[in-house]
Amino acid sequence: MSRDVHARPGRPAHVPAGTIDVVRALLRKELLVELRTLESIPGMSLFAVTTFVVFHFALNQDTVSGQEAAGILWVTLLFAAMLGVNRLFVADADQGGFDGFLLAPVDRTALLLAKAIALLAYLLVLELIAVPAFALLLLGPPLGQALPGLLAPLVLGDLGVAAIGTLIAALVVRTRARDLLGPMLTLPLLVPVVIGCARATAPLLQIGGSHGTLQLRWLGTLALYDLVFGLIAYAVFDFLLED
Amino acid sequence: MRSPGLRALSISTVAAFCVSLGLVFFYAPIEAEEGFVQKIFYLHVPLAIVTLSGFVIGGLCAIAHLRTREARWDLRSYVAIHMSLIFGVGVLITGSIWAHASWGHWWVWNEPTLVSFLIIFLLYATYQPLRFAIEDPERQARYASVFAITAGAFVPLNFIAVRLSASYVHPRVLGSASNLPGSMMFTFLVSLVAMALLFATLCSYELTAKRTRIMLKARSRILGYQS
Repeated sequence: MSRDVHARPGRPAHVPAGTIDVVRALLRKELLVELRTLESIPGMSLFAVTTFVVFHFALNQDTVSGQEAAGILWVTLLFAAMLGVNRLFVADADQGGFDGFLLAPVDRTALLLAKAIALLAYLLVLELIAVPAFALLLLGPPLGQALPGLLAPLVLGDLGVAAIGTLIAALVVRTRARDLLGPMLTLPLLVPVVIGCARATAPLLQIGGSHGTLQLRWLGTLALYDLVFGLIAYAVFDFLLED
Repeated sequence: MRSPGLRALSISTVAAFCVSLGLVFFYAPIEAEEGFVQKIFYLHVPLAIVTLSGFVIGGLCAIAHLRTREARWDLRSYVAIHMSLIFGVGVLITGSIWAHASWGHWWVWNEPTLVSFLIIFLLYATYQPLRFAIEDPERQARYASVFAITAGAFVPLNFIAVRLSASYVHPRVLGSASNLPGSMMFTFLVSLVAMALLFATLCSYELTAKRTRIMLKARSRILGYQS
């Protein structure tokens, strides 16, 4: 048991901070900045609600249901998410956040994880506001019956958007025309997420909605997509942070 | 700059194309249901296969670039994706013509292969805007490689997702190539080889041109005049 004799309480000086600690610190900073500036979440939520109003007039319908409702919900959430994606790294690029992070002797993946979790949190808050607003403004069938089944597609969709959004946001933030390139790159990459989420959600939003067996297939596809792009983002993210 | 393999490659491409067109028009039988129009199959499908392979090759070259940091891998990745984009326009046009001839519509959402191809094409169409929005050449190469890898992985996943979403309303001629009669299969394979050779030839022409330009730039910098 000589190992225990030499073990000391606390962290030895030569071991750099663990990735989880770094992620926690970065995430704390991220959420603190968002709380103090309120740059992303209010804008995203307002955009989503306004888009529902626009849909009401564009479609000239008071209530929607089924595939139509699922489409409106997901297109709106996706475009609102795009606003958050576009803002995600702007402060770091413009105000020296990248330089500060690169000077610290920590694992660079921590930044990816922290940003992705922050984006995921923004999306969840966005949905807390946008989904009830959607039910109030446009949805025909009551939300209560659909809500339990809606949670899984929402979470899986958010994971996909967070993984791809974070990667693309880091990719375009230091280019000219980043506001244009972000959505241009993100939208085609998220088409499979839209397919999966809209298809999984549609039967739930039907009048007298049912839980079809079809839904599991879409959730599986979504989960596979999230997994693959999570791994890809993890594998290539380091290369975006070398200078 | 002369590249020794270029002449041989060009000649073999021309020869392969002569053989494949000969087979398409004089050897392969006329398809019973669609008639003469079905011949576009020998152009459209090889074009699509070569284009998608080009995108994936671009991704593989990008992996090699990020691993070795050699600029030539980035150049290869760029050329493969650039050429695939040009071929991709051809795929969409020939696919559209075929859809119009056999189903009466220029665009068919029920054909998952065509739809996935459009999504992939739209994604890769952003490759050049992204690349040329970055000024520093080293970072440009690195970021373009990251994009090429991400998009390369997207190609198969997107096919799975779109295929799942489509309901099979239309008969699928190319659904499984295995049920083609032997003479059609043979013609198809020869066309595929010809198209792959065309892709390789055009890529090596572009690579040679790019290398020559880089070399010229370096020489004129040594000689001390700006161009």
